[in-house]
Amino acid sequence: MKLRITTAVASAGALTLALAACGGGSTPAPSASAATGGTTSSSAANAAYDPAKAGGDVTLLAKTAGGTLDPKINYTLQYWQLYQAAYDGLTAFKKVDGQESFTVVPDLAESLPTATNDGKTYVFNLRKGIKFSDGTDVTVDDVVASFQRIFKVSSPTAGSFYNGIVGADKCLATPATCTLDGGVVADATANTVTINLTSPDPEFFYKLSVPHAAINPKTAPVKDAGTTPIPTTGPYMFKSYDPNTALVMVRNPNFKAWNEDAQPSGYPDTITEKFGLTVEAEVTAVENNQADWIFDSPPADRLAEIGTKYAAQVHVNPLTAVWYVPMNVNLAPFNNEKARQAVNWAVDKNAVVKILGGDKLAAPVCTILPPGFPGFKDDCQYTNPAGATWQGPDLAKAKALVTESGTAGQAVTIITTDDEVNKAVGEYLQSTLNSIGYKATLKPISGNIQFTYIQNTNNKVQISLSQWYQDYPAASDFINVLLGCASFTPGSDSSINIAGFCDKTGVQPMIDDALKTEQTDMNAANEKWAATDKAAMTQAPWVPLVTPKLIDFLSTNVSNYKFSKQFYMLVDQLQVKK
Amino acid sequence: MAIGTTEVLSTPATQSAGPWRTAWRDLRRNKVAMGSIIVLIVIFAACLAAPLYASSVMHLDAFTSNLDGKFTVNGVTGPVMQSSDTGLGLGVNPIGPTWLWNNFFLGADNQGRDVMSRLLYGGRNSLVIGLVSATLCCALAGFIGIVSGYFGGGLDAVLSRGLDVLWAFPVYLLAICLSVVLINQSLTIGPITLNSGSIILPILIIGVIYVPYVARPIRGQVMSLREREFVQASVGAGATDARLLRREILPNVLPTLIVFLPLMTAINMLTESALSFLSIGVQPPDASWGTIINDGVGLLYTRPMVAIAPGVMLAITAVALNLLGDGVRDALDPKARLRGAV
Repeated sequence: MKLRITTAVASAGALTLALAACGGGSTPAPSASAATGGTTSSSAANAAYDPAKAGGDVTLLAKTAGGTLDPKINYTLQYWQLYQAAYDGLTAFKKVDGQESFTVVPDLAESLPTATNDGKTYVFNLRKGIKFSDGTDVTVDDVVASFQRIFKVSSPTAGSFYNGIVGADKCLATPATCTLDGGVVADATANTVTINLTSPDPEFFYKLSVPHAAINPKTAPVKDAGTTPIPTTGPYMFKSYDPNTALVMVRNPNFKAWNEDAQPSGYPDTITEKFGLTVEAEVTAVENNQADWIFDSPPADRLAEIGTKYAAQVHVNPLTAVWYVPMNVNLAPFNNEKARQAVNWAVDKNAVVKILGGDKLAAPVCTILPPGFPGFKDDCQYTNPAGATWQGPDLAKAKALVTESGTAGQAVTIITTDDEVNKAVGEYLQSTLNSIGYKATLKPISGNIQFTYIQNTNNKVQISLSQWYQDYPAASDFINVLLGCASFTPGSDSSINIAGFCDKTGVQPMIDDALKTEQTDMNAANEKWAATDKAAMTQAPWVPLVTPKLIDFLSTNVSNYKFSKQFYMLVDQLQVKK
Repeated sequence: MAIGTTEVLSTPATQSAGPWRTAWRDLRRNKVAMGSIIVLIVIFAACLAAPLYASSVMHLDAFTSNLDGKFTVNGVTGPVMQSSDTGLGLGVNPIGPTWLWNNFFLGADNQGRDVMSRLLYGGRNSLVIGLVSATLCCALAGFIGIVSGYFGGGLDAVLSRGLDVLWAFPVYLLAICLSVVLINQSLTIGPITLNSGSIILPILIIGVIYVPYVARPIRGQVMSLREREFVQASVGAGATDARLLRREILPNVLPTLIVFLPLMTAINMLTESALSFLSIGVQPPDASWGTIINDGVGLLYTRPMVAIAPGVMLAITAVALNLLGDGVRDALDPKARLRGAV
């Protein structure tokens, strides 16, 4: 998932199209820290809702708006975080602190159905009595229309998350006439919706729990709704949205809690996200209690200040994400495995940690899967001294490999985004590549285009810096998406396999096997994902750098901070002090 | 100025001092201008000594990341990049100024590199780009202004409209547009390819965008000179265009161009810094004062010296160049002398 602005990335079909918006982009600078002191969120289940603590206004700040407000199209953490208090799907990730937030629970569906028809059919019973914020009832027709709308508005994940629904290929080919015939079938009498898949998908509930699968009224426009709010089912609805000034959420008068795990009642009366301040000014505003939270990560030169003077207001949490350096395996010098391995040996991941703000804000990684993720297993093939975790670089070995590869002296261009942190990491990489014998240049380009630019093979990008944040907690969301052959589309801006890595005889069969095993035995599948991760890293298509952590900096006006690992801080659970 | 200079040039050779010698004498008497020259010489010399400082005093490469580097002050060794050890321990900051010449005098930047070394290296780039682009600008503007003003007619119309088009763009917007395109894609002119990191690109860009600002007054001056008696006399004596341009027009235009040179150098240095600040001028790991200020922006709260030092150097150099320009103008302009006498 991309952490900042994504506009409608349209077009049907390509898996990678949808995924294009999923990573990279400008990422909040030095992010958060793991379990540090008392600042990390920890609790598990939701405490009972306390109406006495409801009320007040919460003011959030973001440097810029997050693009379209349409939940079927927007693919940014910035708005996905707000959608949690507004939209509902048939299922939802549990809205609680900690690891439990990865658990899927029934939302608009009464229960999680058991798959039938060899895992290809799900029958959902729709809850009765739920209304949209405009007062109309939520019906099975709305559910069918919502799934059709995923394709009609060319949702970024239409081709990846929902292409397994029967009839999806036709919808991807001709979105305007999408019916999902035989794929999503409503039975108004029984108040059920049946979803038929072309093949079993053990990750299907996850995919139903993200905002792109939110249930909207059947009257919602079959085009990007832009700044016009679409009626919601959750505790809040969008009152107004001006991308130049603010997004305002108010209570949904038709909301009645039906499942506190899936959609708890919210506390503030209004939630306003204001745009336009610099991040420095945002930090100052929160320090002065003129605002309650900032979306953007605090700038590096304010970290020490907020970590010292405002420590009680800071919350730091590890993310299931990775910063990495994809190397184009189809382009010199990195079409040579030894050259790629040399870069892996040369890069000092602790140096990158320092750029990101220190070991409280990032940790070195050696694998594709981030620590704590399903399938993750400690393994570090390029570290000196040898060990299962990162120890240090080996420049001598790197130089020797560059010499062996015969690529010494070649020109290499590194593409990064032009924000402070990415550029600094780019400068470090440039320095490292120069030190092992390449002639490296750094080309920082706008964060608005860098992510698509580095994916397109026509741009002949040799090496770049990118980030990937999980969409949902499954190993395939990293390994299959980022290194699978199906994710490599030469000449496309949406070729999320940036390294162009496609090992049809080694790694790809392992991916296919792990995906197949997932359908029956998730634990066994995770073992296979770990082995696949190792096999891929042996060929070194990437340099995994660090896994970042996220800082939430709050004013003293608010309390009851809850951090969902899936969608981060639960904004509507903040309580305003009276 | 042209009239006065012409008068100087037209003065019979019976006088002892020539116009250039007179100008030099006057310049030497101008204490402010001489002070500026001394300041500029010191800055130039210091910047030229950058490699010597980095290798022999600091013993540290100014262009290589030094994130794991150490420093030793008064027998105490510590990391160049220092993790916060208070509160939650968030953030890593580079060492601040030690005020020791051989040990991070102005501190380190966000890559752990010595700011003083980079300041000196950056000064080389800033001064070279400013000076060479100003020379290029004055040469191009002089050529266009003289040709346009002297020949007039269709040629003048074409050249003048070309200058108008260039002038129609806000100068910084034009510079930014050219920089973004050329620095991201390199520039190929026939067999010559200028890589995106080459400092020739900012030199060319900055040199070109200011041409109208210099060419316009030159053209006007030439049009005036063309009608002057001494030029008409030469025409009457059968002088060719080439001879007229070389012997009558150019010598009278040259003082104006010389006055423009330091002023344009200062302006071009500031433009270069602005472009580099926006990451579309000098490219990393090279430095200019603009790139160092850019590096310092992210450290403004904790290590302000990273931004302040190049800013101060830029200001001192620009003021010195402007004062020198004023002095040169006074020296070459008899009217200014007259004003001074009054």
